[in-house]
Amino acid sequence: MKQEIIIAGFGGQGVLSMGKILAYSGLMEGKEVTWMPSYGPEQRGGTANVTVILSDQPISSPILNEYDIAIVLNQPSMDKFESKVKPGGILIYDGYGIHNPVKRNDINVYRVDAMDAATEMKNEKAFNMIILGGLLKVVPMVQLENVLLGLKKSLPERHHKLIPMNEAAIRKGMEIIRKV
Amino acid sequence: MSEEIKLLKGNEAIAHAAIRYGTDGYFGYPITPQSEIMETLMAEMPWETTGMVVLQAESEVAAINMVYGGAGTGKRVMTSSSSPGISLKLEGISYIAGAELPCLIVNVMRGGPGLGTIQPSQADYFQTVKGGGHGDYRLITLAPSSVQEMADFTELGFDLAFKYSNPSMILADGIVGQMMEKVVLPPARPRKTDEEISTESPWAARGKTTGRKPNIITSLELDAAAMEENNLRFQAKYRKIEENEVRYEEFMCDDAEYLLIAFGSSARICQKAVETARAEGMKLGLLRPITLWPFPTKAIAGYAGRVKGMLSVELNAGQMVEDVRLAVEGKVKVEHYGRLGGIIFTPDEILAALKEKLIN
Repeated sequence: MKQEIIIAGFGGQGVLSMGKILAYSGLMEGKEVTWMPSYGPEQRGGTANVTVILSDQPISSPILNEYDIAIVLNQPSMDKFESKVKPGGILIYDGYGIHNPVKRNDINVYRVDAMDAATEMKNEKAFNMIILGGLLKVVPMVQLENVLLGLKKSLPERHHKLIPMNEAAIRKGMEIIRKV
Repeated sequence: MSEEIKLLKGNEAIAHAAIRYGTDGYFGYPITPQSEIMETLMAEMPWETTGMVVLQAESEVAAINMVYGGAGTGKRVMTSSSSPGISLKLEGISYIAGAELPCLIVNVMRGGPGLGTIQPSQADYFQTVKGGGHGDYRLITLAPSSVQEMADFTELGFDLAFKYSNPSMILADGIVGQMMEKVVLPPARPRKTDEEISTESPWAARGKTTGRKPNIITSLELDAAAMEENNLRFQAKYRKIEENEVRYEEFMCDDAEYLLIAFGSSARICQKAVETARAEGMKLGLLRPITLWPFPTKAIAGYAGRVKGMLSVELNAGQMVEDVRLAVEGKVKVEHYGRLGGIIFTPDEILAALKEKLIN
């Protein structure tokens, strides 16, 4: 079993850290994992993306032609990665940042209004965890308990008090994601 | 510290591996895409546990000369940088090679020439294996293609450096430096004691004790005849390294009709190209040089009569391809495919280039 995932959005949206938590969760399940960021001169407001690969087998290339799953969090990322989802693959987007509808009809498209939900939760930092929750609802590639373990591993101890909030955000994402 | 499984960037893995190896000193100057090496060392504060010195020097030139000094005392010392910073270090590297000192140098390559980009590249192949600095010297060059190898080659690089009294280079790139993977870190071993260093490196300048001749560390020899002797000794050592230390990996080469030759991150991307080609029924294999010097000349030559063509896939304008061509001596067609300046090829682009340049 192998999942090749691209997560793309604005810098500052938590794209890289969401990928990192996913990779940690995979590690907790004994999977092979690769996390490959775009590390250009990205800053808050610029574009950022990360490729995450989870696999039961050793992973070859960290650079991919196309993806099983694309998570796009702004229009430039949609423009860049919509065409790179494998036929029959999955595209997940946040309705807030996307103005043009998805054109392809050979892929499964899901929408998770994470920005709205984060605002509602009065916690904009929960945004990426809501997205992650949505992803895990659609493709339960890692167990929630391992995501929480992954969070514990990737966050410094002084931030461990934030884990319940993150769990609530993940559950929110699972609840609000819907097929388009 | 016992064996541990971690999720780390390649750069972080080098830092952790260096501490666990019992490295005595790291001297560096920050530059993307390798700054996490020093950042991680600073965060880990090994000077409080193993006693390892971690120092941000005032420049790359200062850092390599600190390595020169530290290596002269028989200590395990290292530096790291990325392409433009390595260019600055070349004078020091030539001196260290000329003084026959062991040390570890890490180059996490970025796109050049000049300050170039901060994106991944493999355009320092020539610089590393064909000289770079002045004089007839060689660097033992290891090309890691995974985060695990970033850790493993830190240890191997030091071991080979001390085995041959010669500087070792880890020639990595921005991909393997920046990506995170699962890595098994070896159990920590203690730093060498002064007694161990004195026994192991009797040449080291460690403060003169009564009754012995002073140890002098230098690359200077004004008598040309003596300097030729020195050079002949270096060359004899280099032949020994070429004989004993060639390392490479083969992937699906047995029945291959075409061969990709690639090192470092490029080899990972090529592996996926091979998987795709095999799924389409094309008999494609991959040979990955792990040591770039000494180069796996014989292994590549062995395929010259067996395959229809070889494609050297590199993130540069065609550097290693020259060594591949020298290896096969015109017996098989060898072409090059590359992307430049920090752009990375995809597996499909490699297959398209193979078809265009060799098959069709």
